[in-house]
Amino acid sequence: MSFLVGARPLFVKEVLRFWKVSAQTVGAPVLTAILYLLIFGHVLQDHVEVFAGVSYTRFLIPGLVMMSVLQNAFANSSSSLIQSKITGNLVFVLLTPLSHRAWFAAYVGASLVRGLAVGLGVFVVTAWFAWPGLAQWWWTVIFATLGGVLLGALGLIAGLWAEKFDQMAMFQNFIIVPMTFLSGVFYSVHSLPPFWHTVSRFNPFFYLIDGFRCGFFGVSDVNPWESLAIVSVAVLGVSALALHLLKTGYKIRH
Amino acid sequence: MNAVSFQNVTKTFASAGRSLQALKGVSFDIEEGEFFGLLGPNGAGKTTLINILAGLSRATSGQVSVCGFDVVKDYAKSRQALGVVPQELVFDPFFSVRETLRIQSAYFGLRRNDAWIDELLANLGLTDKADANMRQLSGGMKRRVLVAQALVHRPRVIVLDEPTAGVDVELRQTLWQFIAKLNKEGHTVLLTTHYLEEAEALCNRIAMIKQGELVALDRTSALLAGTASTMLRFKTDHALPVDLAAKARVTGRIVQLPARDALEIETMLGTLRQAGCQIEDLEMGRADLEDIFLNIMHGQKPGQGVPA
Repeated sequence: MSFLVGARPLFVKEVLRFWKVSAQTVGAPVLTAILYLLIFGHVLQDHVEVFAGVSYTRFLIPGLVMMSVLQNAFANSSSSLIQSKITGNLVFVLLTPLSHRAWFAAYVGASLVRGLAVGLGVFVVTAWFAWPGLAQWWWTVIFATLGGVLLGALGLIAGLWAEKFDQMAMFQNFIIVPMTFLSGVFYSVHSLPPFWHTVSRFNPFFYLIDGFRCGFFGVSDVNPWESLAIVSVAVLGVSALALHLLKTGYKIRH
Repeated sequence: MNAVSFQNVTKTFASAGRSLQALKGVSFDIEEGEFFGLLGPNGAGKTTLINILAGLSRATSGQVSVCGFDVVKDYAKSRQALGVVPQELVFDPFFSVRETLRIQSAYFGLRRNDAWIDELLANLGLTDKADANMRQLSGGMKRRVLVAQALVHRPRVIVLDEPTAGVDVELRQTLWQFIAKLNKEGHTVLLTTHYLEEAEALCNRIAMIKQGELVALDRTSALLAGTASTMLRFKTDHALPVDLAAKARVTGRIVQLPARDALEIETMLGTLRQAGCQIEDLEMGRADLEDIFLNIMHGQKPGQGVPA
Protein backbone atom coordinates (compact mmCIF):
# COMPACT_ATOMS: atom_id res chain seq x y z
CA MET A 1 0.00 0.00 0.00
CA SER A 2 1.42 3.34 -0.95
CA PHE A 3 2.12 5.96 1.68
CA LEU A 4 -0.69 8.32 0.63
CA VAL A 5 -3.36 5.63 0.37
CA GLY A 6 -2.76 4.92 4.04
CA ALA A 7 -2.22 8.42 5.39
CA ARG A 8 -5.22 9.99 3.66
CA PRO A 9 -8.06 8.24 5.49
CA LEU A 10 -6.44 8.77 8.88
CA PHE A 11 -5.90 12.42 8.03
CA VAL A 12 -9.53 12.78 6.92
CA LYS A 13 -10.73 11.03 10.08
CA GLU A 14 -8.64 13.32 12.27
CA VAL A 15 -9.98 16.42 10.48
CA LEU A 16 -13.57 15.16 10.78
CA ARG A 17 -13.01 14.47 14.46
CA PHE A 18 -12.43 18.13 15.28
CA TRP A 19 -14.72 19.49 12.58
CA LYS A 20 -17.74 17.63 14.02
CA VAL A 21 -17.27 19.59 17.26
CA SER A 22 -16.05 22.79 15.62
CA ALA A 23 -17.85 25.12 18.03
CA GLN A 24 -15.56 23.78 20.72
CA THR A 25 -12.42 23.22 18.64
CA VAL A 26 -12.49 26.27 16.36
CA GLY A 27 -15.16 28.69 17.65
CA ALA A 28 -14.08 28.76 21.29
CA PRO A 29 -10.39 29.53 20.64
CA VAL A 30 -11.37 32.35 18.26
CA LEU A 31 -13.56 33.86 20.98
CA THR A 32 -10.73 33.57 23.54
CA ALA A 33 -8.35 35.42 21.22
CA ILE A 34 -10.88 38.21 20.70
CA LEU A 35 -11.22 38.60 24.46
CA TYR A 36 -7.44 38.89 24.79
CA LEU A 37 -7.41 41.54 22.09
CA LEU A 38 -10.25 43.56 23.59
CA ILE A 39 -8.90 43.49 27.14
CA PHE A 40 -5.14 43.81 26.62
CA GLY A 41 -5.59 46.06 23.63
CA HIS A 42 -7.90 48.37 25.56
CA VAL A 43 -5.76 48.46 28.73
CA LEU A 44 -2.40 48.91 27.02
CA GLN A 45 -3.37 50.81 23.89
CA ASP A 46 -2.18 54.17 25.17
CA HIS A 47 0.83 52.91 27.13
CA VAL A 48 2.83 50.70 24.80
CA GLU A 49 4.26 51.26 21.38
CA VAL A 50 6.57 48.42 20.44
CA PHE A 51 7.45 49.28 16.87
CA ALA A 52 7.39 52.89 15.71
CA GLY A 53 4.06 53.73 14.14
CA VAL A 54 2.44 50.39 15.13
CA SER A 55 -0.34 50.72 17.72
CA TYR A 56 -0.42 48.09 20.49
CA THR A 57 -3.66 46.57 19.25
CA ARG A 58 -2.13 46.15 15.80
CA PHE A 59 1.05 44.73 17.36
CA LEU A 60 -0.97 42.23 19.38
CA ILE A 61 -2.90 40.70 16.46
CA PRO A 62 -0.12 38.61 14.86
CA GLY A 63 0.92 37.30 18.28
CA LEU A 64 -2.63 36.23 19.07
CA VAL A 65 -3.07 34.60 15.67
CA MET A 66 0.17 32.65 16.06
CA MET A 67 -0.63 31.69 19.64
CA SER A 68 -3.95 30.27 18.44
CA VAL A 69 -2.25 28.32 15.65
CA LEU A 70 0.26 26.83 18.09
CA GLN A 71 -2.14 25.95 20.89
CA ASN A 72 -4.74 24.41 18.62
CA ALA A 73 -2.26 22.42 16.57
CA PHE A 74 -0.93 20.99 19.83
CA ALA A 75 -4.40 20.35 21.22
CA ASN A 76 -5.53 18.44 18.13
CA SER A 77 -2.96 15.64 17.95
CA SER A 78 -2.45 15.40 21.69
CA SER A 79 -6.13 15.20 22.65
CA SER A 80 -6.97 12.81 19.83
CA LEU A 81 -4.21 10.40 20.84
CA ILE A 82 -4.82 10.52 24.57
CA GLN A 83 -8.58 10.04 24.09
CA SER A 84 -8.06 7.13 21.71
CA LYS A 85 -5.55 5.55 24.07
CA ILE A 86 -7.80 5.88 27.11
CA THR A 87 -11.02 4.78 25.41
CA GLY A 88 -9.08 2.04 23.64
CA ASN A 89 -10.23 2.84 20.10
CA LEU A 90 -6.65 3.49 18.98
CA VAL A 91 -6.66 -0.27 18.40
CA PHE A 92 -8.56 0.30 15.13
CA VAL A 93 -5.58 2.23 13.76
CA LEU A 94 -3.00 -0.03 15.38
CA LEU A 95 -4.49 -3.04 13.54
CA THR A 96 -4.09 -1.43 10.10
CA PRO A 97 -1.11 -1.67 7.76
CA LEU A 98 -0.40 2.08 8.13
CA SER A 99 3.31 2.90 8.45
CA HIS A 100 4.74 5.21 11.10
CA ARG A 101 5.22 7.83 8.38
CA ALA A 102 1.54 7.67 7.49
CA TRP A 103 0.60 8.10 11.15
CA PHE A 104 2.89 11.11 11.42
CA ALA A 105 1.60 12.76 8.24
CA ALA A 106 -2.03 12.20 9.23
CA TYR A 107 -1.85 13.43 12.83
CA VAL A 108 0.45 16.37 12.09
CA GLY A 109 -1.48 17.25 8.92
CA ALA A 110 -4.81 17.39 10.77
CA SER A 111 -3.20 19.44 13.56
CA LEU A 112 -1.91 21.87 10.97
CA VAL A 113 -5.38 22.18 9.41
CA ARG A 114 -6.97 22.91 12.79
CA GLY A 115 -4.20 25.35 13.76
CA LEU A 116 -4.54 27.23 10.48
CA ALA A 117 -8.36 27.21 10.62
CA VAL A 118 -8.36 28.76 14.10
CA GLY A 119 -5.53 31.16 13.18
CA LEU A 120 -7.39 32.32 10.09
CA GLY A 121 -10.57 32.77 12.15
CA VAL A 122 -8.72 34.87 14.72
CA PHE A 123 -7.07 36.92 11.97
CA VAL A 124 -10.32 37.64 10.13
CA VAL A 125 -12.13 38.73 13.29
CA THR A 126 -9.30 40.74 14.87
CA ALA A 127 -8.34 42.44 11.60
CA TRP A 128 -11.81 43.93 11.70
CA PHE A 129 -10.80 45.80 14.87
CA ALA A 130 -7.43 46.98 13.53
CA TRP A 131 -5.88 46.06 10.19
CA PRO A 132 -2.35 44.89 10.98
CA GLY A 133 -1.15 45.07 7.37
CA LEU A 134 0.46 42.26 5.35
CA ALA A 135 3.77 43.86 4.35
CA GLN A 136 5.59 40.58 3.61
CA TRP A 137 2.68 38.13 3.59
CA TRP A 138 4.76 35.13 2.55
CA TRP A 139 6.40 35.02 5.99
CA THR A 140 2.98 34.65 7.59
CA VAL A 141 2.27 31.56 5.50
CA ILE A 142 5.70 30.03 6.10
CA PHE A 143 5.80 30.57 9.86
CA ALA A 144 2.15 29.64 10.47
CA THR A 145 2.74 26.37 8.61
CA LEU A 146 5.99 25.58 10.42
CA GLY A 147 4.38 26.47 13.75
CA GLY A 148 1.43 24.16 13.06
CA VAL A 149 3.76 21.31 12.10
CA LEU A 150 6.04 21.85 15.11
CA LEU A 151 3.18 21.88 17.62
CA GLY A 152 1.31 19.09 15.85
CA ALA A 153 4.43 16.92 16.20
CA LEU A 154 4.91 18.01 19.83
CA GLY A 155 1.26 17.13 20.50
CA LEU A 156 1.88 13.73 18.95
CA ILE A 157 4.82 13.14 21.30
CA ALA A 158 2.80 14.32 24.30
CA GLY A 159 -0.15 12.15 23.26
CA LEU A 160 2.07 9.08 23.02
CA TRP A 161 3.85 9.82 26.30
CA ALA A 162 0.86 10.71 28.50
CA GLU A 163 -1.09 7.83 30.00
CA LYS A 164 -3.65 9.93 31.83
CA PHE A 165 -5.40 13.24 31.26
CA ASP A 166 -3.57 14.87 34.17
CA GLN A 167 -0.20 14.00 32.63
CA MET A 168 -1.38 15.66 29.46
CA ALA A 169 -2.49 18.72 31.41
CA MET A 170 0.97 18.81 33.01
CA PHE A 171 2.68 18.76 29.62
CA GLN A 172 0.39 21.54 28.45
CA ASN A 173 0.57 23.73 31.57
CA PHE A 174 4.27 23.36 32.34
CA ILE A 175 5.72 23.28 28.83
CA ILE A 176 3.42 24.55 26.11
CA VAL A 177 1.72 27.47 27.89
CA PRO A 178 4.92 28.96 29.41
CA MET A 179 6.76 28.59 26.11
CA THR A 180 3.91 30.35 24.33
CA PHE A 181 3.58 33.20 26.81
CA LEU A 182 7.37 33.71 27.05
CA SER A 183 7.69 34.02 23.29
CA GLY A 184 6.62 37.59 22.84
CA VAL A 185 2.92 37.24 22.06
CA PHE A 186 2.07 40.27 24.17
CA TYR A 187 5.33 42.22 23.97
CA SER A 188 8.62 42.58 22.13
CA VAL A 189 11.37 40.64 23.88
CA HIS A 190 13.46 43.83 23.79
CA SER A 191 11.31 45.18 26.59
CA LEU A 192 12.28 42.23 28.84
CA PRO A 193 15.00 42.27 31.53
CA PRO A 194 18.30 40.81 30.19
CA PHE A 195 17.86 37.40 31.87
CA TRP A 196 14.42 36.74 30.37
CA HIS A 197 15.59 38.19 27.08
CA THR A 198 18.33 35.53 27.00
CA VAL A 199 15.87 32.80 28.00
CA SER A 200 13.53 33.83 25.19
CA ARG A 201 16.37 33.40 22.72
CA PHE A 202 16.36 29.64 23.47
CA ASN A 203 12.63 29.35 22.85
CA PRO A 204 11.76 28.29 19.30
CA PHE A 205 8.26 29.75 19.75
CA PHE A 206 9.87 33.21 19.98
CA TYR A 207 11.28 32.84 16.45
CA LEU A 208 7.93 31.57 15.17
CA ILE A 209 6.09 34.62 16.48
CA ASP A 210 8.79 37.09 15.54
CA GLY A 211 9.06 35.77 11.99
CA PHE A 212 5.27 35.64 11.69
CA ARG A 213 4.99 39.26 12.86
CA CYS A 214 7.53 40.30 10.24
CA GLY A 215 5.04 39.16 7.60
CA PHE A 216 2.58 41.81 8.82
CA PHE A 217 4.80 44.78 9.67
CA GLY A 218 7.94 44.11 7.65
CA VAL A 219 9.96 44.65 10.83
CA SER A 220 11.02 42.14 13.48
CA ASP A 221 13.39 41.67 16.42
CA VAL A 222 15.39 39.01 14.55
CA ASN A 223 16.16 38.64 10.84
CA PRO A 224 13.33 36.36 9.53
CA TRP A 225 15.84 34.21 7.66
CA GLU A 226 17.58 33.48 10.93
CA SER A 227 14.21 32.67 12.52
CA LEU A 228 13.40 30.40 9.59
CA ALA A 229 16.66 28.48 10.04
CA ILE A 230 16.16 28.02 13.79
CA VAL A 231 12.49 27.02 13.47
CA SER A 232 13.34 24.55 10.69
CA VAL A 233 15.91 22.85 12.88
CA ALA A 234 13.35 22.61 15.69
CA VAL A 235 10.73 21.15 13.31
CA LEU A 236 13.20 18.57 11.99
CA GLY A 237 14.35 17.59 15.47
CA VAL A 238 10.86 17.23 16.94
CA SER A 239 9.58 15.42 13.83
CA ALA A 240 12.49 12.97 13.96
CA LEU A 241 11.70 12.21 17.59
CA ALA A 242 7.97 11.79 16.89
CA LEU A 243 8.71 9.47 13.94
CA HIS A 244 11.10 7.43 16.06
CA LEU A 245 8.51 7.00 18.83
CA LEU A 246 5.86 5.94 16.29
CA LYS A 247 8.24 3.50 14.64
CA THR A 248 9.17 1.82 17.90
CA GLY A 249 5.54 1.82 19.05
CA TYR A 250 6.42 3.82 22.17
CA LYS A 251 3.65 3.18 24.74
CA ILE A 252 1.23 1.99 22.05
CA ARG A 253 2.69 -1.37 20.98
CA HIS A 254 3.88 -3.07 24.14
CA MET B 1 1.10 -22.66 3.47
CA ASN B 2 0.10 -22.03 7.08
CA ALA B 3 -2.42 -19.28 7.72
CA VAL B 4 -0.82 -18.57 11.08
CA SER B 5 2.47 -19.74 12.48
CA PHE B 6 3.87 -19.27 15.99
CA GLN B 7 7.51 -20.36 16.46
CA ASN B 8 9.03 -20.41 19.97
CA VAL B 9 7.19 -17.28 20.98
CA THR B 10 8.17 -15.85 24.35
CA LYS B 11 6.99 -12.68 25.97
CA THR B 12 8.32 -11.17 29.16
CA PHE B 13 6.65 -8.17 30.73
CA ALA B 14 9.00 -6.17 32.90
CA SER B 15 7.65 -3.51 35.21
CA ALA B 16 8.93 -1.96 38.43
CA GLY B 17 11.88 -4.35 38.62
CA ARG B 18 9.72 -7.47 38.45
CA SER B 19 9.39 -9.50 35.32
CA LEU B 20 6.56 -11.79 34.34
CA GLN B 21 6.99 -14.40 31.66
CA ALA B 22 3.59 -14.43 29.99
CA LEU B 23 4.59 -16.79 27.17
CA LYS B 24 7.25 -19.47 27.57
CA GLY B 25 8.07 -20.63 24.06
CA VAL B 26 4.78 -21.32 22.35
CA SER B 27 4.85 -23.01 18.93
CA PHE B 28 1.97 -24.14 16.74
CA ASP B 29 0.61 -23.62 13.24
CA ILE B 30 -2.91 -23.05 11.94
CA GLU B 31 -3.61 -24.31 8.45
CA GLU B 32 -5.50 -22.34 5.86
CA GLY B 33 -9.25 -22.87 6.17
CA GLU B 34 -9.19 -24.23 9.72
CA PHE B 35 -11.60 -23.20 12.47
CA PHE B 36 -9.13 -23.19 15.33
CA GLY B 37 -9.78 -22.77 19.05
CA LEU B 38 -7.29 -21.33 21.51
CA LEU B 39 -8.35 -22.14 25.05
CA GLY B 40 -6.97 -21.48 28.47
CA PRO B 41 -7.94 -19.97 31.80
CA ASN B 42 -7.77 -16.22 32.47
CA GLY B 43 -4.18 -15.01 32.47
CA ALA B 44 -2.87 -18.02 30.51
CA GLY B 45 -1.50 -15.82 27.72
CA LYS B 46 -4.20 -16.14 25.03
CA THR B 47 -4.69 -12.43 24.52
CA THR B 48 -0.93 -11.79 24.67
CA LEU B 49 -0.49 -14.32 21.88
CA ILE B 50 -3.22 -12.69 19.80
CA ASN B 51 -1.81 -9.22 20.44
CA ILE B 52 1.58 -10.37 19.13
CA LEU B 53 -0.13 -11.83 16.06
CA ALA B 54 -1.92 -8.53 15.44
CA GLY B 55 1.12 -6.32 16.04
CA LEU B 56 -0.43 -4.74 19.14
CA SER B 57 2.37 -6.24 21.16
CA ARG B 58 5.88 -7.45 20.34
CA ALA B 59 7.26 -10.87 21.14
CA THR B 60 10.39 -10.94 23.30
CA SER B 61 11.69 -13.72 21.06
CA GLY B 62 10.40 -16.08 18.38
CA GLN B 63 8.71 -15.67 15.02
CA VAL B 64 5.08 -15.13 14.16
CA SER B 65 3.63 -14.96 10.66
CA VAL B 66 0.27 -14.56 8.95
CA CYS B 67 -0.09 -16.20 5.51
CA GLY B 68 3.70 -16.37 5.36
CA PHE B 69 4.25 -12.70 6.20
CA ASP B 70 6.30 -11.99 9.30
CA VAL B 71 4.28 -9.79 11.68
CA VAL B 72 7.28 -7.54 12.37
CA LYS B 73 9.27 -7.38 9.11
CA ASP B 74 6.27 -7.60 6.78
CA TYR B 75 3.70 -6.01 9.08
CA ALA B 76 1.76 -4.23 6.34
CA LYS B 77 1.07 -7.49 4.47
CA SER B 78 0.42 -9.54 7.59
CA ARG B 79 -2.11 -6.99 8.91
CA GLN B 80 -3.79 -6.81 5.51
CA ALA B 81 -4.40 -10.57 5.80
CA LEU B 82 -5.67 -10.37 9.38
CA GLY B 83 -8.99 -9.21 10.86
CA VAL B 84 -9.11 -8.98 14.63
CA VAL B 85 -12.19 -8.59 16.81
CA PRO B 86 -10.76 -7.17 20.03
CA GLN B 87 -11.93 -8.41 23.40
CA GLU B 88 -12.66 -4.96 24.82
CA LEU B 89 -15.84 -3.21 23.75
CA VAL B 90 -14.27 -0.14 22.15
CA PHE B 91 -15.70 2.39 19.70
CA ASP B 92 -15.07 5.87 18.32
CA PRO B 93 -17.84 8.14 19.66
CA PHE B 94 -17.43 10.70 16.87
CA PHE B 95 -18.86 8.56 14.09
CA SER B 96 -21.90 6.61 12.92
CA VAL B 97 -21.78 2.90 12.18
CA ARG B 98 -21.42 3.43 8.44
CA GLU B 99 -18.78 6.14 8.86
CA THR B 100 -16.84 3.85 11.20
CA LEU B 101 -16.88 1.06 8.61
CA ARG B 102 -15.98 3.37 5.73
CA ILE B 103 -13.03 4.82 7.65
CA GLN B 104 -11.85 1.34 8.61
CA SER B 105 -12.10 0.23 4.95
CA ALA B 106 -10.05 3.21 3.82
CA TYR B 107 -7.22 2.35 6.24
CA PHE B 108 -6.89 -0.87 4.27
CA GLY B 109 -6.88 0.97 0.96
CA LEU B 110 -10.54 0.28 0.07
CA ARG B 111 -12.35 3.44 -0.96
CA ARG B 112 -15.49 2.03 -2.55
CA ASN B 113 -16.52 -0.71 -0.20
CA ASP B 114 -20.22 0.02 0.35
CA ALA B 115 -21.48 -3.18 -1.25
CA TRP B 116 -19.49 -5.30 1.18
CA ILE B 117 -20.30 -2.96 4.08
CA ASP B 118 -24.01 -3.40 3.33
CA GLU B 119 -23.57 -7.16 3.25
CA LEU B 120 -21.77 -7.07 6.61
CA LEU B 121 -24.49 -4.89 8.11
CA ALA B 122 -27.20 -7.24 6.83
CA ASN B 123 -25.47 -10.39 8.05
CA LEU B 124 -24.90 -8.94 11.50
CA GLY B 125 -28.40 -7.46 11.85
CA LEU B 126 -27.14 -3.87 11.78
CA THR B 127 -28.86 -2.51 8.68
CA ASP B 128 -31.32 -0.30 10.58
CA LYS B 129 -28.50 1.03 12.78
CA ALA B 130 -26.25 2.07 9.88
CA ASP B 131 -26.71 5.79 10.46
CA ALA B 132 -26.89 5.70 14.25
CA ASN B 133 -24.00 7.20 16.17
CA MET B 134 -21.84 4.61 17.92
CA ARG B 135 -22.69 6.16 21.29
CA GLN B 136 -26.38 5.37 20.85
CA LEU B 137 -25.85 1.64 20.40
CA SER B 138 -26.35 -1.00 23.08
CA GLY B 139 -23.42 -3.17 24.14
CA GLY B 140 -24.49 -6.03 21.90
CA MET B 141 -24.85 -3.74 18.89
CA LYS B 142 -21.40 -2.26 19.52
CA ARG B 143 -20.03 -5.81 19.62
CA ARG B 144 -21.56 -6.47 16.18
CA VAL B 145 -19.90 -3.33 14.81
CA LEU B 146 -16.56 -4.58 16.15
CA VAL B 147 -17.05 -7.77 14.18
CA ALA B 148 -17.97 -5.82 11.03
CA GLN B 149 -14.92 -3.56 11.48
CA ALA B 150 -12.63 -6.59 11.63
CA LEU B 151 -14.09 -7.91 8.38
CA VAL B 152 -14.23 -4.78 6.19
CA HIS B 153 -11.11 -5.76 4.25
CA ARG B 154 -12.15 -9.42 3.80
CA PRO B 155 -9.17 -10.74 5.75
CA ARG B 156 -7.99 -14.29 4.98
CA VAL B 157 -7.53 -14.91 8.70
CA ILE B 158 -10.20 -13.86 11.21
CA VAL B 159 -9.30 -13.65 14.89
CA LEU B 160 -12.07 -13.51 17.48
CA ASP B 161 -10.90 -12.85 21.02
CA GLU B 162 -13.77 -13.88 23.27
CA PRO B 163 -16.39 -12.40 20.97
CA THR B 164 -19.35 -13.79 22.90
CA ALA B 165 -18.33 -12.68 26.39
CA GLY B 166 -21.46 -11.12 27.86
CA VAL B 167 -23.61 -11.16 24.72
CA ASP B 168 -27.11 -12.52 24.38
CA VAL B 169 -28.11 -15.79 22.76
CA GLU B 170 -29.47 -14.14 19.62
CA LEU B 171 -26.20 -12.39 18.80
CA ARG B 172 -24.24 -15.56 19.47
CA GLN B 173 -26.40 -17.43 16.98
CA THR B 174 -26.15 -14.67 14.36
CA LEU B 175 -22.43 -14.34 14.85
CA TRP B 176 -21.63 -18.05 14.65
CA GLN B 177 -23.79 -18.54 11.57
CA PHE B 178 -21.97 -15.74 9.82
CA ILE B 179 -18.49 -16.80 10.93
CA ALA B 180 -19.19 -20.42 9.98
CA LYS B 181 -20.28 -19.21 6.54
CA LEU B 182 -17.06 -17.23 6.11
CA ASN B 183 -15.07 -20.27 7.26
CA LYS B 184 -16.81 -22.40 4.61
CA GLU B 185 -15.85 -19.80 2.02
CA GLY B 186 -12.20 -20.39 2.92
CA HIS B 187 -11.42 -17.88 5.67
CA THR B 188 -9.31 -19.23 8.50
CA VAL B 189 -10.77 -18.58 11.94
CA LEU B 190 -8.89 -18.35 15.23
CA LEU B 191 -11.20 -18.22 18.23
CA THR B 192 -10.61 -17.79 21.93
CA THR B 193 -13.59 -18.31 24.16
CA HIS B 194 -14.61 -19.24 27.67
CA TYR B 195 -17.69 -21.01 26.40
CA LEU B 196 -16.27 -24.46 25.83
CA GLU B 197 -19.43 -25.82 24.25
CA GLU B 198 -18.95 -23.19 21.52
CA ALA B 199 -15.38 -24.32 20.94
CA GLU B 200 -16.50 -27.95 20.88
CA ALA B 201 -19.24 -27.23 18.38
CA LEU B 202 -17.24 -24.95 16.07
CA CYS B 203 -13.53 -25.72 16.17
CA ASN B 204 -12.00 -28.61 14.27
CA ARG B 205 -8.70 -28.22 16.10
CA ILE B 206 -7.89 -26.91 19.55
CA ALA B 207 -4.83 -25.66 21.41
CA MET B 208 -4.86 -25.22 25.16
CA ILE B 209 -2.41 -23.01 26.97
CA LYS B 210 -1.75 -22.74 30.67
CA GLN B 211 0.60 -20.25 32.33
CA GLY B 212 2.20 -19.37 29.00
CA GLU B 213 2.81 -22.94 27.84
CA LEU B 214 1.06 -25.11 25.30
CA VAL B 215 -0.44 -28.07 27.17
CA ALA B 216 -2.61 -29.63 24.47
CA LEU B 217 -2.87 -29.41 20.69
CA ASP B 218 -5.07 -31.78 18.74
CA ARG B 219 -8.17 -32.26 16.68
CA THR B 220 -11.25 -31.66 18.80
CA SER B 221 -12.49 -35.21 18.15
CA ALA B 222 -9.15 -36.69 19.24
CA LEU B 223 -9.17 -34.65 22.44
CA LEU B 224 -12.67 -35.85 23.22
CA ALA B 225 -11.74 -39.46 22.51
CA GLY B 226 -8.60 -39.46 24.58
CA THR B 227 -10.01 -39.15 28.05
CA ALA B 228 -12.40 -40.88 30.44
CA SER B 229 -15.31 -41.12 28.08
CA THR B 230 -18.26 -41.25 30.46
CA MET B 231 -19.50 -38.81 33.07
CA LEU B 232 -21.80 -39.78 35.90
CA ARG B 233 -23.93 -36.79 36.90
CA PHE B 234 -26.34 -36.55 39.85
CA LYS B 235 -27.59 -34.21 42.53
CA THR B 236 -27.16 -34.78 46.24
CA ASP B 237 -27.34 -32.96 49.56
CA HIS B 238 -25.04 -35.44 51.31
CA ALA B 239 -21.28 -35.30 51.72
CA LEU B 240 -19.48 -37.60 49.27
CA PRO B 241 -17.32 -40.50 50.45
CA VAL B 242 -13.67 -39.43 50.64
CA ASP B 243 -12.33 -41.45 47.70
CA LEU B 244 -15.06 -40.15 45.38
CA ALA B 245 -14.80 -36.56 46.59
CA ALA B 246 -11.21 -36.48 45.34
CA LYS B 247 -12.32 -37.26 41.79
CA ALA B 248 -15.59 -35.32 41.71
CA ARG B 249 -16.36 -31.95 40.21
CA VAL B 250 -19.01 -30.31 42.38
CA THR B 251 -21.12 -27.34 41.30
CA GLY B 252 -23.62 -26.54 44.04
CA ARG B 253 -25.72 -29.71 44.40
CA ILE B 254 -24.52 -31.12 41.08
CA VAL B 255 -21.80 -33.76 41.23
CA GLN B 256 -19.91 -35.03 38.17
CA LEU B 257 -17.68 -38.08 38.29
CA PRO B 258 -15.53 -39.26 35.38
CA ALA B 259 -15.68 -42.99 34.67
CA ARG B 260 -13.83 -45.16 32.19
CA ASP B 261 -16.41 -47.96 31.87
CA ALA B 262 -19.60 -49.51 33.23
CA LEU B 263 -17.74 -51.42 35.93
CA GLU B 264 -16.32 -48.23 37.40
CA ILE B 265 -19.80 -46.71 37.43
CA GLU B 266 -21.17 -49.70 39.27
CA THR B 267 -18.39 -49.45 41.86
CA MET B 268 -19.10 -45.75 42.35
CA LEU B 269 -22.80 -46.30 42.83
CA GLY B 270 -22.00 -49.06 45.32
CA THR B 271 -19.73 -46.77 47.29
CA LEU B 272 -22.44 -44.11 47.35
CA ARG B 273 -25.07 -46.58 48.56
CA GLN B 274 -22.79 -47.85 51.34
CA ALA B 275 -22.12 -44.32 52.51
CA GLY B 276 -25.89 -43.67 52.66
CA CYS B 277 -25.74 -40.92 50.03
CA GLN B 278 -29.19 -40.21 48.59
CA ILE B 279 -28.92 -39.18 44.99
CA GLU B 280 -31.40 -37.58 42.56
CA ASP B 281 -31.56 -36.99 38.81
CA LEU B 282 -28.92 -39.59 38.01
CA GLU B 283 -27.70 -39.52 34.43
CA MET B 284 -24.76 -40.71 32.41
CA GLY B 285 -23.26 -38.70 29.58
CA ARG B 286 -20.25 -38.44 27.37
CA ALA B 287 -17.40 -36.34 28.67
CA ASP B 288 -17.39 -32.95 26.96
CA LEU B 289 -14.68 -30.43 26.24
CA GLU B 290 -15.21 -28.80 29.60
CA ASP B 291 -14.26 -32.02 31.38
CA ILE B 292 -11.17 -32.42 29.24
CA PHE B 293 -10.24 -28.78 29.73
CA LEU B 294 -10.45 -29.11 33.51
CA ASN B 295 -8.46 -32.35 33.51
CA ILE B 296 -5.70 -30.79 31.47
CA MET B 297 -5.65 -27.58 33.49
CA HIS B 298 -5.36 -29.65 36.67
CA GLY B 299 -2.22 -31.25 35.36
CA GLN B 300 -3.41 -34.43 33.68
CA LYS B 301 -1.96 -35.06 30.27
CA PRO B 302 -4.59 -35.73 27.63
CA GLY B 303 -4.77 -39.42 26.72
CA GLN B 304 -3.69 -38.66 23.20
CA GLY B 305 -2.62 -35.45 21.62
CA VAL B 306 0.17 -34.71 24.07
CA PRO B 307 2.10 -31.83 22.55
CA ALA B 308 5.42 -32.81 21.06
